[in-house]
Amino acid sequence: MSRINKVFKKLRAKGEKALIPFITAGDPDLATTRSLVLEMAAQGADIIELGVPFSDPLADGPTIQASSLRAMQAGVHLEDVLNLTGDLRGHTQTPLILMGYYNPMLQYGLERTATTAAARGVDGFIIPDLPPEEASTWRVAALQVKLDTIFLAAPTSNAERIKHLGRLTKGFLYYVSVTGITGARTELPSDLVESLAQVRSLVKCPLAVGFGISTPEQVANLAPYVDGVVVGSAIVQRVARLKGPELIKEVGDFIAALKAPLRAK
Amino acid sequence: MPALSELDEAYRKIHRTTEFRQELAWYFKSYVGRPTPLYFARRLTIELGGAQIFLKREDLAHTGAHKINNTLGQGLLARRMGKTRLIAETGAGQHGVATATVAALLGLSCDVYMGTEDIRRQRLNVIRMKLLGATVVPVESGSRTLKDALNDAIRDWVTNVRHTHYVLGSVGGPHPYPMIVRDFQSVIGRETRAQLRRRTGKLPQCLVACVGGGSNAMGLFHTFLDDPVRFVGVDAAGHGIDSSYHSATLVAGSLGVLHGAFSYLLQDPWGNIQEAHSLAPGLDYPGVGPEHSFLKDQGRAEYVAVTDAEALDGFNLLSRTEGILPALESSHAIAYLSKLAPEYSAEDIIIVNLSGRGDKDVEVVAEAMEVSGEPH
Repeated sequence: MSRINKVFKKLRAKGEKALIPFITAGDPDLATTRSLVLEMAAQGADIIELGVPFSDPLADGPTIQASSLRAMQAGVHLEDVLNLTGDLRGHTQTPLILMGYYNPMLQYGLERTATTAAARGVDGFIIPDLPPEEASTWRVAALQVKLDTIFLAAPTSNAERIKHLGRLTKGFLYYVSVTGITGARTELPSDLVESLAQVRSLVKCPLAVGFGISTPEQVANLAPYVDGVVVGSAIVQRVARLKGPELIKEVGDFIAALKAPLRAK
Repeated sequence: MPALSELDEAYRKIHRTTEFRQELAWYFKSYVGRPTPLYFARRLTIELGGAQIFLKREDLAHTGAHKINNTLGQGLLARRMGKTRLIAETGAGQHGVATATVAALLGLSCDVYMGTEDIRRQRLNVIRMKLLGATVVPVESGSRTLKDALNDAIRDWVTNVRHTHYVLGSVGGPHPYPMIVRDFQSVIGRETRAQLRRRTGKLPQCLVACVGGGSNAMGLFHTFLDDPVRFVGVDAAGHGIDSSYHSATLVAGSLGVLHGAFSYLLQDPWGNIQEAHSLAPGLDYPGVGPEHSFLKDQGRAEYVAVTDAEALDGFNLLSRTEGILPALESSHAIAYLSKLAPEYSAEDIIIVNLSGRGDKDVEVVAEAMEVSGEPH
């Protein structure tokens, strides 16, 4: 059983839900990312997503686009992110997922990406621009080294596709709350809860929801319908605004606030 | 993905029906002015001293470029799919203008994404789009050119897919776009083949077209795939292939994935996409249609590159020998004729796709060649 599966199993036994924060690795530098990951893990993050910087982050809104650009300007590439996870693995057992676009992995080599990642203690990958139809080579490479390949489902995915994705995905199914790109939103779609209930009935794997979720109130509203909640842009906005110990503390407090409604009542 | 599947399914169902084909053919004839002439360029032929040069006059199509063939096809398709809004990316502005035109024609709303760098270079087309009732959305991200406009158009499409159709302008991007755009543009090659056969009873020896994303080249080549005809695609070498300022994807790029297509790309060793550079904004794209990559790898087509300076020479050459101001994009294809035509004898025929007219480029050309607006 993968480290990600174990987390969901353990939380389920306690009646808890997973908090899955996202930050871009290397924004503004790798040392800050390292501190942020350890602080988030300490404050209640159950699984952590690290973005791999890319020049053309198609699935991302302005906040994460800017974050990716800052990390690229710091000279951070896939290999640096893999090295960082190797370092982090010595200090935390929190599952680490890399979220990155396909081309950097393709250029590094799919097998090389998978074997290096597994050796550095990465638990899974989300590749938003790699649809399952095109993913067979990557899935084989990842499965061989026991990395979880996490697929995304969207509000436009029909029932048949959601079932298919539920069977294909490893670790959990990532349900995208909105049609569109990442970015904090004040309001989520009014039918989101119904959509989540429907997805829940179609898949057996753990279900996480992400995109647009930015406040503890939104987290509290969605918690009953999912196994995990992903928060990205709202944290990245803080990374853009603050630095040093002030940033670490602010993010830590925010993580604690987001986790509170996910703990067992 | 569901959006692409929906489009693929709708396209396959609709585009072969008699009703759709008749509708498209009617608009091509009555609205676009097709067939466009296949013109024998006598003075250019004499000047170059070699093969007979024929120009496929896509510059005479409505809106001044081949782009309308595709936007009309996709616009009619979108209307049948029940979409009420069109979006597009544009570099030179030609595709944006062609999309805005079709939106006005079919009563659909229209937003066009355009890099701020291109907005600056192609002011005339920005004004045209606005006059046609479209909204031009400035794109500030990345290199602020075509690639970034495409990123933002895709972001818009995935957000508003329920009522919006994304009119992708070239043979790149994810399937089914390379197929759809090729099919709508292949009217160029079909007409060309029939026109030349009627006139000479022969096939040409060689076809030449510029390649940015590659839609005008694919439109010309496709019909001739099984014929013994040489294909030459002309990339933009910008300041030179050895400089970092070029857009020569097929000549100097490497394989990778951008915008949902596996194709030649300009990228760094880490797989980040590099900025493309060309004086011709329509060629300023770091990727290329995947079918061109396929034709290259198969050896079916050859790809060469022409610098900004050579393209300006091509612009001059056609303007002065034939009285035709070519688009800077098409000027790349014209420029390569200086090398190509003398390889052939006077019985041989080379056809160049004159993909667009140069009016949009006169300010940029005047600046580059230091032509003043004064009478002397």
